[in-house]
Amino acid sequence: MTSILALAASEFRIALRNRWVAIAIVMMTLFAVVLTVAGTAATGTLGVDRLTVTVASLISLGVYLLPLLALLLSFDAVAGECERGTLALMLTYPVGRAEILAGKFIAHLGILALAATIGFGTAAAIALIADPEASVGLPALFRLFWTAPVLGAAFLGIGYALSAVARRPGAAAGLAIAVWLVVVVLYDIALLAAIVTDGGGTFTVDFFPWLLAANPADAFRLFNLAASEATALASGVDGAAASMPPAATLVAILAWPLLALAFAHLVFRRVTP
Amino acid sequence: MTDTLELSGTDKSFGTLKAVDDLSLTVAAGERVALLGHNGAGKSTLMKIILGLMPADRGTISVFGARPGSAEARRFVAYLPENVAFHPALTGREQLRLFCRLRRAAPDAAGQLLARVRLDEAADRRIGTYSKGMRQRLGLAQALIGRPRLFVLDEPTSGLDPVSRREFYAILEELAGDGAAILLSSHALTEVEAKTDRIAIMRRGRLVANAPLAALRSRSALPVRLHVVARAGDADRVAASLAGSRINGVGVDILCAPEDKLDRIGAIAALGPLIEDIEVAPPSLEDIYAFFSREERP
Ligand SMILES: Nc1ncnc2c1ncn2[C@@H]1O[C@H](COP(=O)(O)OP(=O)(O)OP(=O)(O)O)[C@@H](O)[C@H]1O
Ligand SMILES: [Mg+2]
Repeated sequence: MTSILALAASEFRIALRNRWVAIAIVMMTLFAVVLTVAGTAATGTLGVDRLTVTVASLISLGVYLLPLLALLLSFDAVAGECERGTLALMLTYPVGRAEILAGKFIAHLGILALAATIGFGTAAAIALIADPEASVGLPALFRLFWTAPVLGAAFLGIGYALSAVARRPGAAAGLAIAVWLVVVVLYDIALLAAIVTDGGGTFTVDFFPWLLAANPADAFRLFNLAASEATALASGVDGAAASMPPAATLVAILAWPLLALAFAHLVFRRVTP
Repeated sequence: MTDTLELSGTDKSFGTLKAVDDLSLTVAAGERVALLGHNGAGKSTLMKIILGLMPADRGTISVFGARPGSAEARRFVAYLPENVAFHPALTGREQLRLFCRLRRAAPDAAGQLLARVRLDEAADRRIGTYSKGMRQRLGLAQALIGRPRLFVLDEPTSGLDPVSRREFYAILEELAGDGAAILLSSHALTEVEAKTDRIAIMRRGRLVANAPLAALRSRSALPVRLHVVARAGDADRVAASLAGSRINGVGVDILCAPEDKLDRIGAIAALGPLIEDIEVAPPSLEDIYAFFSREERP
């Protein structure tokens, strides 16, 4: 445990020096505030409070930004150390590979949680100040607060696994971008296209909701929308999947980090420096 | 004496290339063994196998009775990789404190270690700003954490200035005196010659020599060089009577087999007043190294 904490502290310090902490916080806050301010123009007409509208925007933001930040933080973890030659020395110390990954994970997760809390918190504060009725949206906000790091954790695990598979930082970065594009962007488009083709058949009814829950980013979105009064604001894919039981999406968002980290450890164990 | 490190019949191939070929070697507590060999001989590969960083294809290896790379072995083994690297964003002190924690040593020991390798002034600067020799010295400092019992040092003096090299060998002597086993690789033959207890030479993955320098010297039976300084103007006469080759106005060089050395010195002394001085030069480690690492040995 001492080793894990020492590694985590060192990793956090490195991220701080390399400006990753600042970049994560600024990106989160900037996008969250811009979305909130832009989103308020639409309020009033929909008959919901401002915080609910804000949270709905933040959920969409989180779906894109949290995986991106997590992959940016993690893609270098193994490949970078391999390339620099620091991994060989580290592995001769009396620490296990699981501990090395755990140290990095704690630091990176802390950075994501910090950025999400500050970013979402700022946006929520703006909504709460502007609208006295906005406290109705608080439960949804809390759910967003704790699920944000969980979504980040899933993509940190994926990032470590990619890093260990690639062995070279350049290749790892390429893989990370590809995974982000496929999981966060193309997956939904493909599902939507399938629904349109299916025209309300068995695919739409029986498979589609489960396929949506199987994607960590979509599971995050569904689970958060379920807590929000803003389901009415949801559109497209989410609207169609509103029937999904929250328990299924909860299991999905919790299972993903565990599976991804276990897989990352498995791949990392086979890396020879 | 108990063997700290014991390898027998170790093989390691990369595709068709045999990087380590049927190699057996032991290093005992308190012993300093120099591992020599041409570029690509397999020295670094052998060290990585000993550390458990890569598996051997065949052979038995015991590090304090444990498997290489096992938690048990790693507790007692320190490594200095060739071209040692650290995270450039950390300072020397931060990096060393982390390593101290990982070895369960007090992090405050970092200060003393930095002073020992004369990095105390640069301790709080980022490693990214260090010179090569400074990184190397930081590498040495991390190897000293927590009283390891086996040191595996891959070209530890590369990049060090002459004074730092001297200090490095002084530290090695202290460690060996304290009972640690040391295996180091090097291309700097002259410094290894005087500062280690045993020489192991690898060629194309095979161990072609493994003995103290004196034993290698007698086994190689390389000639001893006698350099005779003749009195001014007498060099030709001296050269003629000793059957040596004249090298300049006063010097005469004679090569003789080690067992003939005393007879020849007697013959030189017999020339009495014609001789100014004699120097006896045994074959250097460079000669011995060249002998043992030749492609075909008789
Ligand atoms: N990971 C690897 N994959 C393939 N070949 C390798 C690998 N590591 C080493 N080799 C090969 O094994 C041989 C031995 O390499 P090694 O690094 O052990 O040499 P060395 O004795 O340390 O040389 P040097 O004095 O230049 O450091 C070389 O031919 C090298 O190309
Ligand atoms: Mg080498």
